[in-house]
Amino acid sequence: MPWVIEAIGLAKTYGDKLAVDGLTFTVRPGVVTGFLGPNGSGKSTTMRLILGLDAPSAGDVKVNGKHYREHTAPLHEVGALLEARSVHTGRSAAAHLLALAQTHGIGKRRVDDLIDLVGLHEVARKRAGQFSLGMGQRLGIATALLGDPSTLLLDEPVNGLDPEGIHWIRNLLKSLAAEGRTVFVSSHLMSEMALTADHLIVIGRGRLIADESVDEVVRRASGGAVRVRSPEAALLRNLLIEQHATVVSSEPGLLEVRGVTAEQIGKAAFAHGIPLYELTAQQASLEEAFMELTQEDVEFRTAEAAPVEEGAAA
Amino acid sequence: MSTLTSKVAVPRLEQQGHLTQLHVARSEWTKLYSLRSSRWSLFTAVVLTIGLPLLFAAVTSSRWGTMSPGERARRDPLEIALAGVNLSQLAIAVLGVLVVTGEYSTGMIRASFTAVPRRLPVLWAKAGVFALVTFVLAVPSVVIAFFASQAILARHDILQVSFSSPGVARSVLGGAVYLTLVGVFALAVGAIIRNTAGGISAFAALFFVIPPLLLLLPSSWHDAISPYLPSEAGRAVFSLTHGAGTLAPGPGLAVFVAYTVLATAVAAVLLVRRDT
Repeated sequence: MPWVIEAIGLAKTYGDKLAVDGLTFTVRPGVVTGFLGPNGSGKSTTMRLILGLDAPSAGDVKVNGKHYREHTAPLHEVGALLEARSVHTGRSAAAHLLALAQTHGIGKRRVDDLIDLVGLHEVARKRAGQFSLGMGQRLGIATALLGDPSTLLLDEPVNGLDPEGIHWIRNLLKSLAAEGRTVFVSSHLMSEMALTADHLIVIGRGRLIADESVDEVVRRASGGAVRVRSPEAALLRNLLIEQHATVVSSEPGLLEVRGVTAEQIGKAAFAHGIPLYELTAQQASLEEAFMELTQEDVEFRTAEAAPVEEGAAA
Repeated sequence: MSTLTSKVAVPRLEQQGHLTQLHVARSEWTKLYSLRSSRWSLFTAVVLTIGLPLLFAAVTSSRWGTMSPGERARRDPLEIALAGVNLSQLAIAVLGVLVVTGEYSTGMIRASFTAVPRRLPVLWAKAGVFALVTFVLAVPSVVIAFFASQAILARHDILQVSFSSPGVARSVLGGAVYLTLVGVFALAVGAIIRNTAGGISAFAALFFVIPPLLLLLPSSWHDAISPYLPSEAGRAVFSLTHGAGTLAPGPGLAVFVAYTVLATAVAAVLLVRRDT
């Protein structure tokens, strides 16, 4: 059976606020799938819908072919780290993990193994309320791995971790995916996703913006622009416009060309004996790609937020 | 955590587990005893159940000589023996509310419902484990309270009743039954309200505020309604004497059980329906 998360037309409204708006996507095993969107775009809500913590207003989401609650051993199917803390502050890390493990008849040895794995050995008997944000995240990771699940659902896992911890999480996610598991990890940080994810699902205001590989997102956002530097820029410009390219020039001798490939430009220049000093296919950084993808969304939200602020001040 | 090796090896789980009601009960037992607040609440309940009767027995026997015959006649040895139940029910009820609301206020409920996504096994396990723990602690507490208070009163040879006299054992053990049901009732209230302050307030209003307020009603109304309040029906379970204004132990128990079942049923329906 394929290990996948499948959402079809998933929607959730809270009162009259639309948090998730008709999301359809599939998360596949064996790769790290990044779930990207600005804060408040519906990532955490989607995670809760997958786990059945909230009921969808419309649509459906299944994990490994079933609704999450229909699995006979849910902790073996999905391990989850939710963004909001999900630990009783008065209980020790060890007791917290043991209580959750016991729901599936999993013993204390598994709990000890995971405490060692995430490096909480020394504070395992301390009450979780005294934990730092980073320690809390580590406990959350241990909780997610408790049932050795085929699918991992991690909401902003690097939040509050030190550089060492972040590095460890990246390796963990890649290792889990390499073992063939489904790894679905949300973040509002594009740079983080660039380092860990293979595939991206991008949302804004609860709607799907992109569902493609990291490379594709970058390529699409850069719009296939090519930077050309030449002493005979004006001549080249006319040549390229004849080939239906769009050409923009921001400084003398420099062209930004869209609509033709670097290869076509090179050939055209060669055919007419035009020397080229530079010919670069532009790669937008993932950060720029993300900004471009979610731009509309962010602009809309800023405009909308203004009256609310006025109302609060009055 | 090692940053030197790039591969992180997650240990594999050797034996697959599975979700059962019994496993969830085991989990709830771990949750209950691993919190300092629950250990303190239970300890307080035991101390109050035993301690208060000792205090009242000591005061009664030392002041016996100065009491008028009428006052002496109003002293009831079982009321003394079970005086602690009136107070310890508050400790049990607060803990009952907290068993559920503590999970909501800390976010633990999300972890619990991720492990047990059908949710109802969590409610049954919480109610079952808490009822069992309360009952197991309450039975010896009320029995000790009875015999210890009787021993103190025996020094002046006053207010002596035999455990085997009609209704005495039933009243004493009824005190433990009452505490257990109060705990489950409060737990259900907590599951319905999902907020600690709200849950405790609702319980206190039902058990401590509304009953005296009813005295403001015309007495025929009061007499018709009052016996059927959860607190008064519950009290009938551990009272030795039953006047016109109270239910007999059997019907009292039936009414109180019905309230508890109703509250739990409402909690169950809401638990399944609501978002977390």
